[in-house]
Amino acid sequence: MASNYETIPHSNAYYTRKPLDLSKHTQPGEVLIQGFLFFCGLLSILTTIGIIFVLFEESLRFFTSPEVSLVEFFTSTFWQPKIGDFGILPLLIATLMTTFFAMLIAIPVGLCVAIYLSEYAQERTRNVIKPTLEVLAGIPTVVYGYFALTWFTPMLRGVFGDNTVQVYNTASAGLVMGILILPLIATMCEDALHAVPRALREAAYGVGATKLETSIKIVVPAATSGIAAAIILGISRAIGETMIVAIAAGAGPNFTLNPFKGAETITGHIVRISGGDLSWESIDYNSLFALALVLFFITLALNMISQRIIKKFREEYE
Amino acid sequence: MRRAKTSLLRSTDQIDLKLSNLPIRHRIGKIWRVVFLASTVFGIIALTILMVDIVNDSFGYTAFTSKVDPTTLTTGGKTLDESSAEELILILEENLKSNRLKTLEREKALSERTTEDLLALVNAEVVQPEILAVWGLFDSLYKKEDIAIQVSEICAREKIDPKQVKIIFMNWFNRKFITSPQSSDALYAGIRTAILGSLYIIIITIIVAFPIGIGASIYLQEYATENRINELIQTNINNLAGVPSIIYGMLGLTIFVRVLAPLTSGAVFGYSNADPNNGRTILSAGLTMALLILPVIIINSQEAIKSVPKSLREASYGVGGTKWQTVWHHVLPNALPGILTGTILSMSRAIGETAPLVIVGASTYITFDPDGVFSKFTTLPIQIYQWTSRPQDEFRALAAAAIIGLLIMLLALNAAAILLRNHFSKRLQ
Repeated sequence: MASNYETIPHSNAYYTRKPLDLSKHTQPGEVLIQGFLFFCGLLSILTTIGIIFVLFEESLRFFTSPEVSLVEFFTSTFWQPKIGDFGILPLLIATLMTTFFAMLIAIPVGLCVAIYLSEYAQERTRNVIKPTLEVLAGIPTVVYGYFALTWFTPMLRGVFGDNTVQVYNTASAGLVMGILILPLIATMCEDALHAVPRALREAAYGVGATKLETSIKIVVPAATSGIAAAIILGISRAIGETMIVAIAAGAGPNFTLNPFKGAETITGHIVRISGGDLSWESIDYNSLFALALVLFFITLALNMISQRIIKKFREEYE
Repeated sequence: MRRAKTSLLRSTDQIDLKLSNLPIRHRIGKIWRVVFLASTVFGIIALTILMVDIVNDSFGYTAFTSKVDPTTLTTGGKTLDESSAEELILILEENLKSNRLKTLEREKALSERTTEDLLALVNAEVVQPEILAVWGLFDSLYKKEDIAIQVSEICAREKIDPKQVKIIFMNWFNRKFITSPQSSDALYAGIRTAILGSLYIIIITIIVAFPIGIGASIYLQEYATENRINELIQTNINNLAGVPSIIYGMLGLTIFVRVLAPLTSGAVFGYSNADPNNGRTILSAGLTMALLILPVIIINSQEAIKSVPKSLREASYGVGGTKWQTVWHHVLPNALPGILTGTILSMSRAIGETAPLVIVGASTYITFDPDGVFSKFTTLPIQIYQWTSRPQDEFRALAAAAIIGLLIMLLALNAAAILLRNHFSKRLQ
């Protein structure tokens, strides 16, 4: 306190000599800091430009080489770089198959979990289950790959027979991937269901609907857009997921629709080939970037659709 | 809203029609309730099975044969473990060819080695144990008879004297496993190099990503006006968060490993082992990871900054604080718990990330400790991937043990996140 009494007269004296300048004036330090912060934000744009540039440049080299044609790339059912066959279909089909099996688990179970947590569960139950699901989402994917190969595949082989189910197969990789994506879909759907106004539920109860009828016929339809966004994001995640399929789905591009046979996905192929020692001038190397470019566009498109839906859905209720 | 209303009308019509079967409607409700609950429990069951599977594979009986029976090496009924250093040296001198002995002497004089080193040497050079079969914990506990039968079958098939086969209960996740470097022999392989690689990379990642991430989020939340560029930055960050990690690996491979090779290999800085054309180093991996988790850190930090009440900022401006003073002294300290939690969670994502590092790192057989940021590397997840990809059971067991190591690391990080959050939020209130 004592010091305050000393400083106040002093500062008064200071201001009486020179009046306080209230006009706006630029401070070089502030401008510098703002510039740096802007640069940090800009870095994300540079990353995107980097990704697009890198993928396009190497893909261009791939598509302009005499061994490849764009038509062959999208229609051929063989991917055998050794003899000059570059058809993305076997890899794409395998990717879609693992994604399909992942969604087979993740969508129904995820939606049921979301309905239970949002409509049925008490606060205490939710506080236990939500963190558990988050743990499931936080486990590294390589661990899921191990799980698919050492537990899930042997179990599938036990059920369907060793002759039908191969050691590496897309069904096992896909189903285990479903467990990984389940928490994502469950939490996003739960958020969507939670955002449905309470009045809608009360109205349904008022006309005599049971809890189930209210949930299924009122709340879920009202949250359709949020649920759709969650599912699309889940599909995008499944297409881009790498380690589970690299470990459990099989090593070798295989054009097959049999879920119990091994087949290599786009991501699985990229990680297996680039994990070896590959010459940076070879066409094999360039082909990986063409695959990555396809992957990038598919996931980007799905993510943007999902974001657009979420944005629209937010406007609807706020 | 309109859509919701129409669906409400439609469903009430249906309810009216069914009003007469109230008991049936209630029964259906109960059945579905059970289905919903079962789905919820499904996640917990999956998690449990996963954990049980990993623990099951990390422990269990293992059948060995050895080139030389260890009991014939020692005298007076001692086992190898009880032997003194002198006795072990004697065993080595008796059983090894002189050339091999000289090589070992040149590496490090035998008399200067510790008893533990010598014991490992005797095991590796003289006894040369070989794994015949590996069992899981469950089999080891409940199906001991089967194991004995299987061992005798293997012996008959491989024509091995059953007396030479030793069955030992192995704990694959032991101290030796954590402290020894990688090896092509399952019995001596460890995760020391991998753990160090993971730690080095995560430190670089955080040093790079943390300040830039916070900077970007402050810019977007506090400085950015609503114009095209800022809107573009925001959408761009949201899109980057959804890009598959493997794409970041391709970016890192081209930019850091190839284009910036002189820099990332350390050639510019005069690093001795640098190959100026190959930037497959810890630095490249760390930078790639930083790009990967940057969007996640930015989005989390933005949420944290958003939750700081506006009144705090107004108060600061009111007493004449500049924009930066307001951010630095009032906004950041209050947003810090949220920012830290988000950062640590993204760190744990980076530690478990495998695909981009496989692409950036490629050469994964490394037996030496990393000696700096320009060293080649392997990480724990890469190690797990490698071991899982091998067909032999003993490598599966190693992979399971390495997974336990990885999960413990993640658990520690998450616990740290919770403690940090509690500490800071208490201090600020």
